[in-house]
Amino acid sequence: MKYIDPHIHMISRTTDDYQRMAQAGCVAVTEPAFWAGFDRSSPRGFFDYFTQLTEFEPARASAHGIRHYCWICINPKEAEDPVFAREVMSFMPEFLERPTALGVGEIGLNKNSRNELTIFEEQVALAADHDQLILIHTPHLEDKLKGTRLIIDALKSRGDIDPGRVLIDHVEEHTVELVLDEGFWAGMTLYPDTKMTPQRAADVIETYGQERIWINSAGDWGTSDPLAVPKTRLEMQARGHAAVTIDRISFDNPNDFLRQSGKFLVDA
Amino acid sequence: MSRQAVVDRYFMEHRAKLLDVAAFLDRVERGGAEGDDFRMAAFRRAVAVLAEPGASRARRILELLSDPTDTPIDSAAGLKGAFGAYPGGETPA
Ligand SMILES: [Zn+2]
Repeated sequence: MKYIDPHIHMISRTTDDYQRMAQAGCVAVTEPAFWAGFDRSSPRGFFDYFTQLTEFEPARASAHGIRHYCWICINPKEAEDPVFAREVMSFMPEFLERPTALGVGEIGLNKNSRNELTIFEEQVALAADHDQLILIHTPHLEDKLKGTRLIIDALKSRGDIDPGRVLIDHVEEHTVELVLDEGFWAGMTLYPDTKMTPQRAADVIETYGQERIWINSAGDWGTSDPLAVPKTRLEMQARGHAAVTIDRISFDNPNDFLRQSGKFLVDA
Repeated sequence: MSRQAVVDRYFMEHRAKLLDVAAFLDRVERGGAEGDDFRMAAFRRAVAVLAEPGASRARRILELLSDPTDTPIDSAAGLKGAFGAYPGGETPA
């Protein structure tokens, strides 16, 4: 069995994690640019971060037989200062051209503020100008429903964004239908405290179907589990789901979405 | 999975989770007689949803814990995390 973890922050994980993921069947990961748990002191901090994502991390992953791809952006938790955010955006295009950069992400909202929304919209415009895929972070907890609505409204109001090239991540039971009904892709994040469990993810698949939906661990520096995707595969297997369904959620669907970048390549 | 298969597979696990919730509510009471903050008020409303008929309980509880407003806030300066329930003007202690 092979699987893809399409959202995991490997720079926060050890080489042991790569080894365990490879043993569990992981053949590719994609790593969105995000917050590091602290605010970078200057835009140059992002230049170094994007260099790490596009140079160092693919090499580290390939030592374990895992292909590493990434997404480039200024994340919503550090987007409250528009001057700072625009300076980061000024050098995003050169990184988007790199062979393992799949698109703009994870952009989105955190506290649903005006500045966050402005920088989100500007990065959607940047993605549209450069014909990039978009990966979207939705806020946590009480902010998720409102943030998801604001994000969908902003995307639809442009009129030139193909929802089939946008994945809206961290959906839960109250947002998954909003996302799928508008034609976007939906990501379910298996994150113990604030998002989904393997059981609830399997429930969502049973309730809303297997079209345009993927699962990921979002493993990072917090309480998270880099083996959450294979654990969800086992949960679905225990419930009697067909192997083809399990593979679809954890391999074929992410493969179909990510291949639209023209860069993502994984052996089937 | 059939209704019976779901119960057979998950009953013990969720019996334990139910007791965790009960013990948590007891712990809150033992902590003193002062009233609930907005999070516990929302938690008690959510517990009541568990006993309501019909499916979509997870969805209804998530909606109940969500910010119901629809305009962006003026600034996120100094704000990073979330509380798990909507303060509705209050801030947690
Ligand atoms: Zn992430």
